[in-house]
Amino acid sequence: MNTLRHVTRPLITTAVLIVVWWAFTRISQVPAYLLPGPSSVAEALWHQRTLLMWNTLTTFNEVALGLLIGTLLGAACGMVIVFSPLMQRWLMPILLLSQAVPIFALAPLLVLWFGFGITSKVIVAVLVIFFPVTASFSDGLRRTDRGMLDLATTMNASTFSILHHVRLPAAMPAFGSGLRVAAAVAPIGAIFGEWVGSSSGLGYMMLNANARIETDVMFAALLVLAIMTILLWVVVDRGLKKLLYWVPDTTGAPI
Amino acid sequence: MADTHILPSPTPVGPAPAVRPAAGIVITDLALRYGTRSIFTGLNLDVAGGTFVVLLGTSGVGKSSLLKIVAGLAKPAAGRVTTSEGKSLSGHVAYMGQTDLLYPWASVIANVMIGSRLRGERPDTARARHLLARVGLADRAHALPAELSGGMRQRAAIARTLYEDRPIVLMDEPFSALDTFTRARIQDLAAELLQGRTVLMITHDPLEACRLGHHLVVMSGTPAQLGAPISLRGTTPRALDDAELLRTQGELMKLLTPQAPE
Repeated sequence: MNTLRHVTRPLITTAVLIVVWWAFTRISQVPAYLLPGPSSVAEALWHQRTLLMWNTLTTFNEVALGLLIGTLLGAACGMVIVFSPLMQRWLMPILLLSQAVPIFALAPLLVLWFGFGITSKVIVAVLVIFFPVTASFSDGLRRTDRGMLDLATTMNASTFSILHHVRLPAAMPAFGSGLRVAAAVAPIGAIFGEWVGSSSGLGYMMLNANARIETDVMFAALLVLAIMTILLWVVVDRGLKKLLYWVPDTTGAPI
Repeated sequence: MADTHILPSPTPVGPAPAVRPAAGIVITDLALRYGTRSIFTGLNLDVAGGTFVVLLGTSGVGKSSLLKIVAGLAKPAAGRVTTSEGKSLSGHVAYMGQTDLLYPWASVIANVMIGSRLRGERPDTARARHLLARVGLADRAHALPAELSGGMRQRAAIARTLYEDRPIVLMDEPFSALDTFTRARIQDLAAELLQGRTVLMITHDPLEACRLGHHLVVMSGTPAQLGAPISLRGTTPRALDDAELLRTQGELMKLLTPQAPE
């Protein structure tokens, strides 16, 4: 019953959106190069399926690698900031600087330095991702309940043991919210990197289609990107829910 | 400087379950300062092994700070705390805080055995099960703390404290979050299960103090001083209409309620 509702509701929403879209293109007579109808986008999806698949693979790799590296880097930075006041003083300005410089200004430089390949896009994605992870994780580590730490101390636990068995688990909900944000914004970093300069990927495909006024292909690529982003988010959200089984109400979409 | 010595309980408190006699607590010339503000100075308290001593006082008088120092969680400005044999208290103390402090990600039984896990020892599942049965939670061993009521959580916390099997138990208003009726039941359980151990408990509830304590000590003033101990006769937990309890409760209310101005 529940799963039925979870599947039915998004399906109905999608169907309604498509019908509205179709009706609008029919009634308004907007030329297809400005707004293609659902049928021509579906056609483009089918005709370009091989190309779309390969380009999706590229973008997915960039996003997945960016998310992995960004999360690890973010978690490491978060730990260092919490456990070494000295490192915090030195690292914090650098972290802030990395966020103060707009990524849109930095991306061309990164492409110039690291080339048209996947590396520059992964770096852009990492730069977008790691800060929310660092901020939320360090916050979570800092806010460990004083009483829980006191209890562990009276039980003669070592510092490492307290970190492992108390502080890390206690910081997981905060880390989870950072990771959710990261999963949602990671594709932005990758796609933007592709726009600046690339040889494959969904962003590259959209750029190419745009130059040739193949608006239906642009829409097809956009659709695939949206589906990929939603699926990625759902996977991360599901994983976090499993990991955080003990948190009474974990915020997330009821998909 | 008033020395507060507490003699062993005048009446026997049931059969002593511990094989070794429980160690007592000796607090000598203890002082605590926050910046220039003196919370207490020259505090002396001698808690005999196996007695249940309750420390009473109004909020902010420094009770919790004192207990934290005894637990080894805070450093005093001066003075020291030892066992009655003159040894360090570290490793002899089990602590119960103002909330149950159950780790929300661990099941009830995992929480009971958390001390073993934290020290990297093998958890003793059989003993944990036995203790859970004694506090009436045998069937909830694998529940998460969030699935339990407040009273059940406190019972799990008691089982965790007993699992540690330390001679000295320190309690910082452990039952203050419970409703009156649940609190009375938990007090009965605590009195029964902690028998034979040296207990130093903080509370601001005179009724709780009179139900559980062999000796009551009032902490008051700035900087705080310890009053002469008030000893109660009879076995604990005392009935709610026990004559000794009612008399002492009145006495405590007088001591703890500041004289109205004018």
